[in-house]
Amino acid sequence: MTLDIKERSWTTGSDGTPVEELVVNVGPSHPSTHGVCRVIAHVDGEVVTKAEPVIGYLHRGIEKIVENRTYLQIVPITDRLDYVGSMYANWAYCRSVERLAGIRVPERAEYLRVITCELQRIASHMMSLGSTGADTGAATMFIYAFDVRERIVELFEELCGSRLTYNYVRPGGVSMDVPEGWFDDILSWTDAARNSISQMDRLFFGNFIARGRLKGIGVLSAKDAVGWGASGPVARGSGVNWDLRKHDTYSVYPRFDFDVPVGSNGDAYDRARCRLFECYESLRIVEQAIEQIEPGPFKADGIPRLLAPRPGDAYDHIESARGSLGIYLVSDGSPRPYRMKVRSPAFCNLALLPLLAEGHTLSDLVIVLGSLDPVFGEVDR
Amino acid sequence: MTGFVGGAVYGLAGGLVIAVAALFGVWWERKVSARIQMRLGPTEIGPAGLFQTLADTIKLVLKEDITPRQVDRPLFRMAPLLVFTPIAMSLVVIPFAGGWVPLNTSVGMLFFVAVPSVSVIGVLLAGFSSGNTYATLGGLRGAAQMISYELPRTLSVLAMALLAGSLAPLEVMNRYEWWWTPATFIALIVYFISSIAELNRGPFDIPEAESELVAGYFADYSGIRWAIFMMSEYGGLVAASFFGAAIFMGGAQGLPGVFGVLLIFAKALVLITLMMLVKWTFPRFRSDQLLTLAWKVLTPMALVQLVIVGVILPWL
Repeated sequence: MTLDIKERSWTTGSDGTPVEELVVNVGPSHPSTHGVCRVIAHVDGEVVTKAEPVIGYLHRGIEKIVENRTYLQIVPITDRLDYVGSMYANWAYCRSVERLAGIRVPERAEYLRVITCELQRIASHMMSLGSTGADTGAATMFIYAFDVRERIVELFEELCGSRLTYNYVRPGGVSMDVPEGWFDDILSWTDAARNSISQMDRLFFGNFIARGRLKGIGVLSAKDAVGWGASGPVARGSGVNWDLRKHDTYSVYPRFDFDVPVGSNGDAYDRARCRLFECYESLRIVEQAIEQIEPGPFKADGIPRLLAPRPGDAYDHIESARGSLGIYLVSDGSPRPYRMKVRSPAFCNLALLPLLAEGHTLSDLVIVLGSLDPVFGEVDR
Repeated sequence: MTGFVGGAVYGLAGGLVIAVAALFGVWWERKVSARIQMRLGPTEIGPAGLFQTLADTIKLVLKEDITPRQVDRPLFRMAPLLVFTPIAMSLVVIPFAGGWVPLNTSVGMLFFVAVPSVSVIGVLLAGFSSGNTYATLGGLRGAAQMISYELPRTLSVLAMALLAGSLAPLEVMNRYEWWWTPATFIALIVYFISSIAELNRGPFDIPEAESELVAGYFADYSGIRWAIFMMSEYGGLVAASFFGAAIFMGGAQGLPGVFGVLLIFAKALVLITLMMLVKWTFPRFRSDQLLTLAWKVLTPMALVQLVIVGVILPWL
């Protein structure tokens, strides 16, 4: 791919005269690029005529690194994919390994995975909603969102000792059972979390300025959402009712009663609202899971340290906070995978940026970018 | 010669007032925002962190005065002063006490709405001379915004001038009667909103929008020149609040001497705190929404207020 980075860029104005466009280089280090995204924006006045995302600033070659690691060593590396929601990549990877090696996971482990991943979904959406606030200039929203996220991160720290890269979900189960009273801590917190989330709802989405900033921005049609491979809240905001937890269900999700929030307009507002309502649904799932969970082993027995699945390949995907996160593994029978490919929802969603940002002002470019909720660890890999 | 000495004294006093106002304003803003965001704000230096901003200022003054290579040097170095000076000048017509105003001129209110708007040139120059796309966009946005908010602001002040029958702020303050506040409440709201926009403060901080333009027109400034931009913002905040307190809320009227100063200070502090609450609660407007607000909402509101005053006037 050649990058069109020119100092000067000329277009033709409405009356046929040549007009020089301003080329604004947003990023890779910029307050609202959500990491290290670089966007080359061609602006005519304030209006973006072309926005070109440049990725790769966080490329660490994870897919290549894992070819030299054993199957168990790879789990902490998957943490570094989506560092806002590390549990998902753990889980997606473990599901692929389990499918490849034919491992059966104990029921308690499945419940623990569901509980941690639903808490992770709230934590991840809090990051997204908070930065939607920060992008529009509502710094207070960011602090409120991080208040909720902080509590979840503390719960994870209690669970596995880590606040960001958990290495918790392992092939065959989870790394350790819950500490004493952990479920009670969650149950005593869920109501407070609901209150905080609805407070944020009123603070931000109830504000006429916020609505004016988000509504009608970055409108994605359902057809484009499907055509471009969008998933997660980005697709659901456009009215595509597609949630792997419901529609390609896995683990113990069929046992829970929850709804999938779906938007209708496909703008930044609907995407953000989908994320907000998903937090309530996740709280519901967590509460049901804690009610249903029973004592038992949290890890499958007899998994060798040097796992060497039979030659073959496996693909499994889960619904991460950003969409369908899939991991494809090819084994050649050795203790190290022959190839791992990550189907990253953030990457597919980010590809929509040029389509969505065109015709909006530069102020809305950062909102469109934020509404796609990319995490660059996962985009660049 | 006495004029020169007097001018120098006023200049020094004005500079001091703005410096103290900025120090206090930054501290107060950090405390107010901390209260909104469940934080503590500065606590370590001085009682309740009161000297934190002083320490920050010392740091800023001692920093190297960097002029980036790509800038238009003379304009770049001049721009902060062009922003600061008009705002400092506007303080001179504000009646700070019952019977005292630094410069008692018969066109004080016109002076107050006209002179600070010269700082638009400084904003535009700062953005233009930086040779940086963010700064250029910030400067252009700032110019568009500050110019369009002149009109509603001037119209809202005009309503008070009509009611008082004078353009001298001291006269307006002395003739104030309690029913003026309910009668001119629309003008107060218009004045309040357009003052925030005039000062480029949130939710109208579009020229310096952190999430889009990093820091807008002062993106390339650092050290003392950056501090001068901050001082202009807080100086303008204090000036707008004291002027609003004096014109719309009766200022120091009714209380002599120091008590009057305290009264007008209390009224101004209410306005300052309100501006900070608004800034830390609301998201930011987009430039076109901002102009829509100015031309389609605030200007008609100010005109309605003028009509109301016009109807009241013959009955006085």
